[in-house]
Amino acid sequence: MSTPQTKAAFWRGLKDCSPFIVIVIPFSTLFGVVARDAGLDIVQVVAMSAIVIAGSAQFTALSLLQEGAPVFVVLLASLAVNMRMAMYSAALVPHLGAAPLRLRALMAYVMVDQTFAVSVQTYEAEPEMPLDQKIAYYFGCIVVVCLPWYICTFLGALLGQAIPAYLSPDFAVPICFIALVAPMLRTAPHIVAAGVSVLAAVAFAWLPWNFGLIVAAILAMIAGAQVEFWQRRKAHI
Amino acid sequence: MISDSTFWIVTGVLGIGTYLIRFSFLGLLGGRQLPDWALVHLRYVGVAVLPALVTPMILWPASMGSDFDPLRMTAASIALLAGWRLGVVWAIFAGMGSLWALQYLFS
Repeated sequence: MSTPQTKAAFWRGLKDCSPFIVIVIPFSTLFGVVARDAGLDIVQVVAMSAIVIAGSAQFTALSLLQEGAPVFVVLLASLAVNMRMAMYSAALVPHLGAAPLRLRALMAYVMVDQTFAVSVQTYEAEPEMPLDQKIAYYFGCIVVVCLPWYICTFLGALLGQAIPAYLSPDFAVPICFIALVAPMLRTAPHIVAAGVSVLAAVAFAWLPWNFGLIVAAILAMIAGAQVEFWQRRKAHI
Repeated sequence: MISDSTFWIVTGVLGIGTYLIRFSFLGLLGGRQLPDWALVHLRYVGVAVLPALVTPMILWPASMGSDFDPLRMTAASIALLAGWRLGVVWAIFAGMGSLWALQYLFS
């Protein structure tokens, strides 16, 4: 199974995702710090990061727990934040669906925004990449994002209030997402989808429990697809 | 204070729920091919979800008491431009760097 080609694909995934280390380290450290501040002990902080591995949902759950929101509200809101991953899961099917079930089960556990975005971009750029290399590439991406995620939540929990507030560490979260999206804005449908996504996120921000995010994402996907269908029809005339 | 039992219930259910969401299509559909119209929609998942996730964080940052912050807006725009022209790492450095520079200059 591990041929020189799959090894090369693994290292390439690792390299392609390595820029995110500079984001994952402060982000996960920040979670450790904030969670300790909220009264969790070190075991709880690390357990949450290991069981959930979803930064935005963890931050959502933590802030609602701190506000004393009822458990079902905490769960609904943070699961709604993660609903986007159902779409990631579906988007990976054409590329990784043929992998063995046990590998797919593992891939699902470590599916995060950064590795999804980077791996799908690569698969689409190189559709001829064989399945075993796609799998190796995926796990290369995972290693470089998920290992620092575990280690640095632990370090953050140990450190406590080490990152001064004047460095605005919270801003690392949106910057990370912007860095993921910007290079995708290469074609008209992608730009239209991103535009609809922003406008709809504002228009539906009043919806409770982050449902605005889901509505905006669905509208933006439809918009992107419609532009692509329209381009195809134009090309055929 | 967050009670231990509440914490473990939330973490457990959130963990299982999140796993099932991630496993859903990849786990159950497996090698079967999706129809073309579905593939076309899926191509836009990334650009559909991430901007909607970011927009409220930029317009109403929680750390600023949910008030609009022109410095964050400017830094986010610089990050977007840097990411679009130069790539991921540049977006990160340009975004954080310009926010720190702007905060130093204006406060």
